[in-house]
Amino acid sequence: MLRSATHTEDAEYTFGSHRATRRPVSHYVLALGALFAAALAAIPLVYLLVRVSAANPTVVSELVARGRTLELLFNTVGLVVSVAAASLVIGVTIAWLVTRSDLAGRRAWLVISSLPLAIPSYVAAFGWVATTPLRGFWGAWLVLTVCNIPLVTLPTVAALRQSNSGAEDVARTLGKSRIAAFMAATWPQVRPAALAGTLLVSLYVLSDFGAVALMRFDAFTWAIHTAYSSLFDRTLAATLSVLLAVLGIALVYAERRARGAHTRFGSTVTTRTPVVPTPLGRGAILAHTGLASIAVLSLGVPLATLVRYLGLRVEGAIAVTAADLAADLGATVMLAGAGAAIALTLSFPIGLFAARVGGALARLAESVSYLGLALPGIVVGLALVFFSLAVVPALYQTGLMLAFAYGILFLPKALGAVRSSIEQVEPGLEDVGRTLGETQWGVWRRVTARIAWPGIGAGALLVALTAMKELPATLLLRPTGTDTLATSLWRLTEASAYSAAAPYAVLLIVAATIPTLLLTREAMAHTAPRKGARL
Amino acid sequence: MSDVLLREIVAGYEGSEDVLSGITMTIPHGDLAAILGPSGSGKSTLLRVIAGLVRPRAGAVMLGGRAVSGPRVHVPTEKRRIGLVPQDAALFPHLSVRANVAFGLPRTERNSARVAQMLDLVDMSDFADRSPGELSGGQRHRVALARALAPDPDVVLLDEPFSALDASLRTEIRAHVRRVLRYAGATAILVTHDQDEALSIADQVAVVNNGRLMQVGTPAELYTEPASRWVAQFVGGAIVLAGRWNGKAVECPLGTVPARVHGTETPAKGAAVDVVLRPEQMALHPRGKRAPTGVTALVRDVEYFGHDCLVTLDLPGHPEPVQSRVLGNQQWARDSEVVVTVTSEGIAFT
Repeated sequence: MLRSATHTEDAEYTFGSHRATRRPVSHYVLALGALFAAALAAIPLVYLLVRVSAANPTVVSELVARGRTLELLFNTVGLVVSVAAASLVIGVTIAWLVTRSDLAGRRAWLVISSLPLAIPSYVAAFGWVATTPLRGFWGAWLVLTVCNIPLVTLPTVAALRQSNSGAEDVARTLGKSRIAAFMAATWPQVRPAALAGTLLVSLYVLSDFGAVALMRFDAFTWAIHTAYSSLFDRTLAATLSVLLAVLGIALVYAERRARGAHTRFGSTVTTRTPVVPTPLGRGAILAHTGLASIAVLSLGVPLATLVRYLGLRVEGAIAVTAADLAADLGATVMLAGAGAAIALTLSFPIGLFAARVGGALARLAESVSYLGLALPGIVVGLALVFFSLAVVPALYQTGLMLAFAYGILFLPKALGAVRSSIEQVEPGLEDVGRTLGETQWGVWRRVTARIAWPGIGAGALLVALTAMKELPATLLLRPTGTDTLATSLWRLTEASAYSAAAPYAVLLIVAATIPTLLLTREAMAHTAPRKGARL
Repeated sequence: MSDVLLREIVAGYEGSEDVLSGITMTIPHGDLAAILGPSGSGKSTLLRVIAGLVRPRAGAVMLGGRAVSGPRVHVPTEKRRIGLVPQDAALFPHLSVRANVAFGLPRTERNSARVAQMLDLVDMSDFADRSPGELSGGQRHRVALARALAPDPDVVLLDEPFSALDASLRTEIRAHVRRVLRYAGATAILVTHDQDEALSIADQVAVVNNGRLMQVGTPAELYTEPASRWVAQFVGGAIVLAGRWNGKAVECPLGTVPARVHGTETPAKGAAVDVVLRPEQMALHPRGKRAPTGVTALVRDVEYFGHDCLVTLDLPGHPEPVQSRVLGNQQWARDSEVVVTVTSEGIAFT
């Protein structure tokens, strides 16, 4: 073990001023990568601002101040608030019923009430439009509410399971009624989760394009689409997009705050007493009826429409061949796969940087990546149209640009998977790897990446499946002559060719079912009794 | 030679105060040294400094005559030729036992006899193709040791390696690890908060508290010649009684206790001193005519361990209870009165 070449070897070690704050070179490289990825994710917002500031300021301020804009604002905000309020009330009620009551078939009801997540809002809207005369505000409200209730139900169920029911029992013994005890003792423990879910609902409603457009409801997203594709007024479209982006960023900020409060709260609950289900008595009939009605509205109507139109052959109508379907499916899978690859590539440096180095720069990079959640698809799509036309015309209306849009839109999902998977790898393993003679990069490659891989792979699959359903950005950015499942469904529904649209709806529901089942399984996993098995 | 030299190590984490404030020690080649300290004393940080996972703010680390940390040098962890056995073993969960042991070997040697030889050394040859999840706690530690030793490191660092194990398993694994380290001829540094572990396994023990070195010595030196009251109490659980020096002995609540003075300075007659005794230096006798002269105390509590038992006593004139360790064949009833005598000399601290 004698080392004769000590002096020459020393030459390759880092020399320099001796300060405790020195970081290894790999951290700088990682920081650069993370900031570069964040810069790419910021392109849509930055370019939108560039586009608006380049326009005539008087025109822009007139556009912002005119009555039509206020009307759109009123419509969108009204829809967001009313859907969010309804989802909150119904979602929390369902969550309570399936966790705290003695309702028969609670597990089955939980699965049934999460299934609407598998029906994209525009597919549900297609179901209603094709069979009922329902349109306008109430149409959009109904479709978006029944589709989004699970976003409140699932986190609330998880929080209720974690919450301490003992406090509620104490409140009852102190003379509170059942509802008063729930509000005083349990609701404060569940509120952060329910509110985070509600804010997510608000965000989805704000950025929803398909359902409001099919319901002919005058919301921001539809107006932006019309301004760009029918009126060819790009300044108007860009101005409206900026306003919508501001609303989205505000909502994401609120959602992050609520979620942070949630995690802090969850960790303080230490003791858990077994929950004695609350007997519903005659109320059980009411509960079954209510749950069944929601299931009919959210699942029954769209699925019945699909079944009806799949069997229907209308003479002289637009027909869809298996070849058309296969071509669109192929394009969809290719584009969504490329989008997932881009999202993963962007999220890797940010996730590794945030999980292993941290600090203000990491938080900045992470915050920027959440723009994908805050910016509605139509805004990202439009911004990238402007960007590609002005900066990289060669990429305008190419599959690459569309995949890039998917990458940005679904970066938060990919980042979540990458970060949590990396955080599961104990840093102690990396230390051991280093002492065994492996470099920092080598350890990341041979240890961290290998262990984190399954979680990251599942995240990538989730991104790809979500990207397959994307509609507004795809409509703006898709290469000429290329259709995805979503755009074909949209085109055929607009043309009232419902039986031709039905097969597309089926494929989209299949694509969306997989992530829904994964999510539900996660929520169900907590119900399983914990075995005392220890290694 | 793979001596480990630490000179005036000052270290801390980003945005925090110094965790280590000037630690100097030498660990000779082939020795097993234990760094013993209560939690938060900085002992794990010292290990991370030696491993190169934490860069010291000042001071130097020399491994085998080579400066690896110093004012102008920082050799990265992977080039230090060290092995690390962490508290939780930290086996790579995605690799088999065999691949874990082969991890640190050059690509060409990963299929060589070296891996089999290491597995044989720790008696884990039959488990080569298992995954770490299928192993028991003790088996994981043996694999972690084989993995650390496989690349033939100059120094092996063990970070509280036995604390996650059951008490019964701990003694067995401890003896095994010591045998393997002897056989491999590696210099080893073990970090622990368990004084029994440090005293039983190490050639040399360094006691650390609040980021400072309190004492270095062989286990016997540490126990019989503690450098301070704190070391005496931390290592071996000493009793400290306040009293007065009479020239040869200390007048204290246990009567006149013969003692030698710690250090070179002899206190004046009648000066206030503390006398330090070990629990096994006190003998208990039943009250009665045949009882020797001693102080009468009240038995407050008895903890029985089989081979010995720990008797907690209330002494007249001493505010805190003291503990006496007697053989297990003696039976003492709670709330009974006993006569306490001191069997050998104590140490007087001025």
